Amino acid sequence: MSNQQNKNISAAQQQYQQFAKEREPKRPVLTNCLHAFIAGGLICTLGQFFQWFYMTYFNFTEITAGSPTQATLIIISALLTSLGIYDHIAQWAGAGTIVPVTGFANTITSAAIEHRSEGYVLGVGGNMFKIAGPVITFGVFSAFVVAIIKITIQKLGGF
Amino acid sequence: MEKYLIAFVVGGTICVIGQILLDVFRLTPAHMTVALVVTGAVLGGLGLYEPLVKFAGAGASVPISSFGNSLVKGALFEAKTTGLVGVLTGIFEVTSAGISSAIIFGFLASLLFKPKG
Repeated sequence: MSNQQNKNISAAQQQYQQFAKEREPKRPVLTNCLHAFIAGGLICTLGQFFQWFYMTYFNFTEITAGSPTQATLIIISALLTSLGIYDHIAQWAGAGTIVPVTGFANTITSAAIEHRSEGYVLGVGGNMFKIAGPVITFGVFSAFVVAIIKITIQKLGGF
Repeated sequence: MEKYLIAFVVGGTICVIGQILLDVFRLTPAHMTVALVVTGAVLGGLGLYEPLVKFAGAGASVPISSFGNSLVKGALFEAKTTGLVGVLTGIFEVTSAGISSAIIFGFLASLLFKPKG
C-alpha cells in the first residue's frame, strides 16, 4: 500500500503487487457516491422527521431532540440488522449506511448476534465493540485532547 | 419542508465524503468512521459544528461526525460548571443516549435473534 511497506519487500513481491493492482476491478466511484448520497440523505431526512416529532409532541428543544432522535434511529437499525435487512441496504448504499449513527448501531448489533454462539459473556459481551470500539476510543481521546486545548486557551485569555 | 431538504443534502454530502474516503483514499470502513469522528471533534472544538447543526438539523446530527462533536460539547459544558474534572465526567454526557441504546438493543437482539446467512 504505502511506500514504506514497499521498501521492505522483494522485487518479486513488488511485481506481484503491481500485477494485482492492474487486475483489481475499478471501483465505480461516482455511482457509489450517488448511492451514498441518496441513502445517507434519506436516513438524515428520517432523522429530521423524528426530531420534528419529538420537538412538537414531547417538548424537546432543537438541541435536546438529538438524543431521542438518535435512540430511535438506533432501535430501527438494530431491528433491521436483526432481521437481516440492513446488510442488503448497506450493500447498495456503502458509506450512506456506515456514516449515519445507524451504521454504528449496525456494527454493534451484528457483532453481538454473530458471536452469540461463543456464549453471552465472552462471545456477545467481549465482541460487541470489536468494530465499534475504534470509533469510541478515538472519539473520546480526540475529544479529551480538544477539550483540554480549548480550556487552556480560554484560561490564557484567548477566544 | 425546507428543513428536510437541507437535512437531506447536508447528510448526503457527509456520506459522500465517507464514500470518497473509502473508494479514492482506500481506507477501511473503521478508518473512515474514525477519521470522521476525529474531524467532528476538532470542528466541535473550533466551534464550527454547532452552527452546522443549527443550519442542517438532523443532516448534521445523525452522521457519526456529530458523535465527536457531542463528546467535546459534553466535556466543555461540564468543565465550565465543575472545573477540570468535568472533562472526564462530562465527556459521555450528550452521547450517553446513543451509546446506551446501542448497547441495550444490540444485546437484546443477540438474545432474540440467531445469525443469518
